[in-house]
Formats: sequence, C-alpha cells, structure tokens
Amino acid sequence: MTATTADAPPPDLRLPKRRGVELLLLIGAVLISVYGYAAVGLAKNGAVPPDVAGYGAGLGLLALLAHLAVRFRAPYADPLLLPIAVLLNGLGLVLIYRLDLETPKDQAAPTQLIWSTLGVALFIAVVVLLRDHRVLQRYAYLSVATALVLMIVPIFFPAVNGAKIWIRVGGFSFQPGEFAKILLAVFFAAYLAANRNALAYTGRRIWRLQLPTGRVLGPIVAIWLLSVGVLVLERDLGTSLLFFGLFVIMLYVATGRTGWIAVGLLLAAVGAFVVGSFEPHVHSRVQDWLDPFASIDAGQGPGQLAQSLFAFAAGGMLGAGLGLGHSILIGFAAKSDFILATAGEELGLTGLTAVFLLYALLVARGYRAGLALRDPFGRLLAIGLASILALQVFVIAGGVMGLIPLTGMAMPFLAQGGSSVVTNWIIVALLIRVSDQARRPQPGQVETGIIAPIARDER
Amino acid sequence: MIRYIRRAAALLLVLLVALLLNAARIQVLDADSLDNNPANRRLTIARYDQPRGNILVGGRSVTGSKNTGEQLKYERTYRNGPLYAPVTGYASQTYGTTLIENAEDSVLSGTDSMLAPFPLWNEITRSQQPGGNVVTTVKDSMQRAAYEGLGGRRGAVAAVEPSTGKILALVSTPSYDPGRLSGTGPSVTDAWERLNASKSLPMLNRAIRQTYPPGSTFKVVTAAAALDAEVVTDPDADTDTPSPYVLPGTSTTLPNEARGCEEASLAEAIRVSCNTVMADLGVRVGLKGMVDAVQKFGFNDTGLRIPSGVAKSNFDTEMTDDQLALSSIGQFDTTATPLQMAMVASAVANGGDLMRPYLVDRTTTRGGTTVHQKGSRTYHRAMNPRTAMQLRDMMVDVVENGTGSNAAIDGVTVGGKTGTAQHGIDNSGRPYAWFISWAQAPGSAQPAVAVAVVVEDAAANRADISGGGSAAPIARSVMAAALGG
Repeated sequence: MTATTADAPPPDLRLPKRRGVELLLLIGAVLISVYGYAAVGLAKNGAVPPDVAGYGAGLGLLALLAHLAVRFRAPYADPLLLPIAVLLNGLGLVLIYRLDLETPKDQAAPTQLIWSTLGVALFIAVVVLLRDHRVLQRYAYLSVATALVLMIVPIFFPAVNGAKIWIRVGGFSFQPGEFAKILLAVFFAAYLAANRNALAYTGRRIWRLQLPTGRVLGPIVAIWLLSVGVLVLERDLGTSLLFFGLFVIMLYVATGRTGWIAVGLLLAAVGAFVVGSFEPHVHSRVQDWLDPFASIDAGQGPGQLAQSLFAFAAGGMLGAGLGLGHSILIGFAAKSDFILATAGEELGLTGLTAVFLLYALLVARGYRAGLALRDPFGRLLAIGLASILALQVFVIAGGVMGLIPLTGMAMPFLAQGGSSVVTNWIIVALLIRVSDQARRPQPGQVETGIIAPIARDER
Repeated sequence: MIRYIRRAAALLLVLLVALLLNAARIQVLDADSLDNNPANRRLTIARYDQPRGNILVGGRSVTGSKNTGEQLKYERTYRNGPLYAPVTGYASQTYGTTLIENAEDSVLSGTDSMLAPFPLWNEITRSQQPGGNVVTTVKDSMQRAAYEGLGGRRGAVAAVEPSTGKILALVSTPSYDPGRLSGTGPSVTDAWERLNASKSLPMLNRAIRQTYPPGSTFKVVTAAAALDAEVVTDPDADTDTPSPYVLPGTSTTLPNEARGCEEASLAEAIRVSCNTVMADLGVRVGLKGMVDAVQKFGFNDTGLRIPSGVAKSNFDTEMTDDQLALSSIGQFDTTATPLQMAMVASAVANGGDLMRPYLVDRTTTRGGTTVHQKGSRTYHRAMNPRTAMQLRDMMVDVVENGTGSNAAIDGVTVGGKTGTAQHGIDNSGRPYAWFISWAQAPGSAQPAVAVAVVVEDAAANRADISGGGSAAPIARSVMAAALGG
C-alpha cells in the first residue's frame, strides 16, 4: 500500500440522481396507459376513442408536472416511485373507463380523472412544501386527534351499503378514514420513535414473552379499542384490519418484540371472532367467504364473490383482452372494490401478476428508503406508509379472490374512489420525500472508503 | 431496527406469494370448473355473441339472427316459422333448443371442433368459429303442400324418398312460431306458457314424437309378414277365414266394416280392408313371427334418430292370441308415428329395402365448405323383394280399385292404404284418419316418394273420418309436389 490514494483525493463524488431514468419510465407508464385506453376502444367499438390524444396529453402533463416537482424539490428521490404510481393510476382509469362503457348511465372515469388530478396536485404540494419529513414529528398528537375526529364523524352520517364510512355533503362524498391512515402512520412513527426503548426493554417476562409494563400498555390497548370501535360502529372490517396490521408491523419494527406481535394477534383474533360471529354484516361476509357458491345452491344466483371468482377464472393465463371480458356481471362495486376482477379477467394471470409486482415494487422501494434512512422517525414513517399500501392490496385482493373474507377497501390507485386516490398520491409524495432524504449525500461523507493515513503511521 | 425491517419485509413477501398462489389457483387450476359453473353467464353470453348458423331448406335459409343489442346479443328469427317448426325446432335463450336446433347445435353455434381450420384451434385460441349451416333434405314444395293440405286440422305428414331415406316433408299442425320463444323476458315466457297450456298442443311434433294407433294401414305390415312367412303363398287365393271372426280363446267376434270379406284373398282383404282376414293371418304367423317382422320395419326401436329422436312405435312382444289378432290390424297396443308408417310405405315401394330416414343432408361452415355429409344407409331389409312386388301390386290396386281412389294421380303409379283408427275406451275417442302411399313416375326406375298422413279431426263425425276421405287428398298433393320436380 502506498500513499497515492491519500495524496490524490478522488474527484467530487456525484451520487446519481436518476431523474432521467424516472422521466423515461414515466413516458413508458403514460404510453402503456394510452395504449390500454386505445385497446379498450378498439375492442368495444372497433375504433380508437376520439379523445385518446387528449387523454394521453392530460396524463402526460400530470406526470410531467409531478416529475418537475420531484426534479427540483426532491432530486435524489427513488426514481421508481412516481412512474409506478402514474402507471397504476393510468391503468385504473383505463379499467374504469372500460367498465363505464357497460354502464352508460353511470360514468365514473371523468370524476376519477378529476380526483387523480387533485391527487397529483396534492402530491406536488407535499413535495414542494414539505422540505424535511422530520417536521411532521412535531405534529404527532395533532395528527392522532385529527385522525380520531375524521374516523368518528362518519358515524353520524347514514350508512352506505352497510358501512358507515362516508361523509356526504350535497352530491359530494368522501371517506375520511382514508386520510386518517396517513395521520395515524405519522402518529405511530412519532410515538414509537420516541418510546421504542421504553417499550422494548422494560416490562415483565412471563414464560418466554416479554410483556410491556402497564404504563406503556395504554396506547396499544387504546389502538385496539379504536380498531374494534371502527369495526363495530362503522362496520368497516377492512379499515379495522388495516389499522391494526399497520400498528403491529410498526410496533415490531420499532421494538423487535415478538411478544407484542403475539399479544396483538391474540387480541385481533378475539376481536375478529367476536365481531365475525355477532355482527350480522361482517358475519355474512365470513359466510360468503366460507362458501361463495351457497347462493347458487340456494337458487338465488351467484353472489358478488362468486361472480368475482368467475371473472378471474374467465381470464385464465393470458386474459380475455381489454374490453372483452364480462366482469360487469359482478354488478354493484365492479368499479371500486372489485376492480381487480376486471384486471384479472381481461389481463389474465400474467397481467394480474404484473399488477401485484408493481405494488410489491412500490412497497419494496418504500422499505428500501426506510432501511437507508438514519432517523428512527423517518424509518418508521417509510415502513408505515409502505405497509399501508401493502396491507390494503392484500386485504382487498385477498378479499375479492376468496383468500380472506371480503372487506370493503379500495385497491390503491386502481379502484374508483376519490378519497382513496388522493390519499395514495399523498402517501407516494411522502415516500418520495423520505427516499430523497435517504439517498441524499450526507455532509461529512467524503471520507468514506479512504483509510486514514494516521492508522498506517501507528502501525 | 434494520433486522426487524427485513423481517417485516419478509412477512409482506409471504403475503405477496399467498396472493400470487391464490391467483394461480383461481385462474388456472380451478378455472375450468368455475368457467363451467352453470351460474356463470359467460358461456351463455359467448354463445349468443355471434349470429347463429342457418338451417337451409331447398337451398334457402329458413332461419336468421337479429342483433338485439342486449347482453345476449343475437336472437333467432324464423322465416315462415310455423311451416318449418317441426323441422327446425326452436332455439330459445330461455328454454334451450329442440329438434335440428338441438341436434346440430354445436355446428349452428360455432363450437363444433370440425368448423375450425385446424384441430384444437378453438381450444388454443379460446375462440369460436362463425356458426355453420345445416342443409336439410326437406323439399319446400312438398312441405307447403302438406301444410296447406292439413289446413290447420290436427294432424301430421311425413314423406321420405324410398331409395335414400331422405325426409322430404315433415309437417305437424297446428303449429307455432318458434321465433316467439327466441329471446328472453316476459313476452317469451308468456308465449311459452300459452303454447304449453294450449289444448291443441302446437309444440308437439306429431310427425315424429306422437304415436297413433295405425289402424288398417298396419295391414300392409301384417301382409308382408304373412307373405314372408309363407303363411300366404298366393295373394289371390282364398283364405280360409270366417266373417265375422271369433277372436281366438274368447267369444268376442271381430266384425268387418267392408263387405265380401268371408274367405277373401289377401289382395282382396287389402283392397277393401278386411279386419277378419288380416287378424287371422297375424295369428297364423304367430307372435314371434309378427314381432320379428314389425321390428324390421322399425317398430319397437327406441334409438331411431333423424338426428332428433323419434318416438318408439310399439308392437307388444308378449300377447295372447286374441290380442295378437287385434294388434295385427293396427289396434290394441299397436301404435306408430307418422314417420314410421311412411317408412312402411317406403319399404314396399323400394323393393323391401328400408333406408334409414334422415333429415340433415350435410352441415357446412358459414362459407359453405362441407363439414359433415350424411349419406344414405340401409336400415333393414324389411321384406323379400318378391313380397314387396306383391304388396306393391296390392297397394296400387287399393288406389285404382279400392278405398284409396282419392290418391290417384293421372299417369303415375300410386300405391296406398287407408286406415281409420278408433281408440279410447270402447272406441269412444275421436277416430284418426290415416293414409300411407307411395308414387313412382312413369319411366322412372325408382319410386319418388312415400308418404304417411294422419288427421285427427275432432270436428268431423265418425263416418267422414276415413283415410280415403280426409287423408288421401293430402297424400295426393304431397306426392304430386314430389313428382313435380
């Protein structure tokens, strides 16, 4: 070893920002969406839809604006996050437009496009205005209070399709529970980042489980009560499962205590069993899951879940092709909760796998940002937000495919639903922000990889 | 914390794998059973997603398809539905299919693998071919002649070409318009209920699905059995039969409606239709001989298809002699479809060779390429050629000098046999008028047509209902149409 390495300092290390890659992927995402839009028109009407150029330009403009916001305000952000979100959103619009053709009186795609625009606008706002995610840590308790209010308000509004999760003002309706997800993730991340040592290393040991002390047991019981409360009062099994799953994952990541997981799962199992047995709305969902074809045997024709399974089966390996399936037979909620059935039927197992892998990639990039970050709050926030996406996909995809009991929940970006699409854009914006922080070169990092000359002298 | 993040990621990976495995289970492993679940509308939607192939009579299609723009897109239409209903049947989105629509459904709906350009093409591309066409053997002029001849009375006509077995006419009246059953919805269910509730049974295909006591027309079969069994060697020789005839083993006497039947010859018995002589001959042939003989004509065959199933024409196989005597003159439990009796006439006309009757000549792709050609096949040798020659002469005699004079056509060799079947308890039911006949043009080596006509005329009084009066003129016009090119 000579001193040459020390004598000639390396040129300025320029970490790749990968913004060009992002732009290319965005172009790909927009083109795929436009192609899907054209394919639907060709299959259904034998002609490319007349507004295909406008649709492509609109989507392209949104993608470009989002890209510019990222380029100037979060230049080191993960280049995969935005293109995946645009592709999923574009694909969702194609699927909704495709289903609109079957229901001339109920056009959902234009509304969805407006919500998507609003979502991208909020995405840009978050990326531009939120310069450092650690600011959020200060608003932890404000977040949880707002979240609670948002979740309680719909109880005072009439139930829609059996679930009290909607606020309707005039013709305008949204699900406040969707926004509560982000706020809760922020609160969990802040609370756990602050208390994780107390949670992890105090408490009694019973048999092989490290149980927490009573003082810190409070929050977990509160969250458990909250999710069961949501379940009972709003009859929304999906959101309840999501909150609980989110909390358990974040708690585990923060403390590493399997005991917590055991307690959490036990409580969840008890809660789910009790509610599943006694709450009629949830009970019927469980029955439907156990035997999707019961209504056929009873001579009442196939139920929604059976129709959904028929749609997936009709897709087979390669799918019927966009516009050529009959997933509209599902009827109610075909464009929202059951949108995945249309993807399954028309894109086949191949296309469905691709969609799942897109979600997996999105979640994985979130986790990757979490791994790379240094501050515990940022880590937990990244893991929490990514886990929200993952759990949502699992709960609703598993539900419509008969893997778990069906619970009403929107497939992120794909499904019709304004609150959901806006929320997911904010989640992606926050992931962009934390990934930018994670990949940004740290001050004082320049010494990395150079053996200090002093060490050699001592030897 | 990094270790725990990795473990949480591993958990999510497990969830992803679970989703993917479950997707593969539904979309690949369980796909077939889900696709074929009767509650799954997709097969039905695909079935009606393209125009159904057509059924052709005399080179012209008697069916069509119209685009309704509904979920089940194409509905069946029929040109002159009531006329051809006994041939085509119906193809309903609500009530399924019958007759040719049913028997050739795979060709008409385009699912038949033979329609595909290559083997397994449909299976691999998951597509179906345009519906193919079905070319029938029916001759339009004959079908119309028979339909108009029946004139709305309850009855049926079946006509076959003796040398090939081609069914040239198949009519049942009163008929119905199968087009009214094509679609879905209340108008269809109403029509269905009304048709099913109607006392005149318009949806019953009397020509092949209804059996009637054949009455005196069955004497042709008994005569063939007697000649083949050599119970009678000379048709013109006197038979030793008293009139009235006492049924064997009973004290019941069997009368004749005709005169001059005492010890009448076989030829005379056929010409004037003597019950006594034929009943006695049937008993002398014996149960086994009679059963063997009638089965060669197609009686007791439950598997005859044209390609739709034909109702079994019955001749009991276990009887006492008095029952055999009655059965031999087409009474007791003896029943026959009009098609069966047309086959009897055809066997006589064709020198004893009975060809298997068939209604579908060939099936083609939409473009006209033949997919499947049905050739004519021998069904049975029904009687010796010599017997057939003798019976031909006897049947010609019936038309020229006997009860069947209404069927005579100038310059054409026509053979026939009348029948009047009484039925019900103590013959209280309405009698059926029968006429079976065949015709051969002068100078032609082969007979052109064999016809069976049955008229169940509720309105007429018993004296008017006779094969010669009601049924023979219909048979005559059908035969004339057959000979008219």
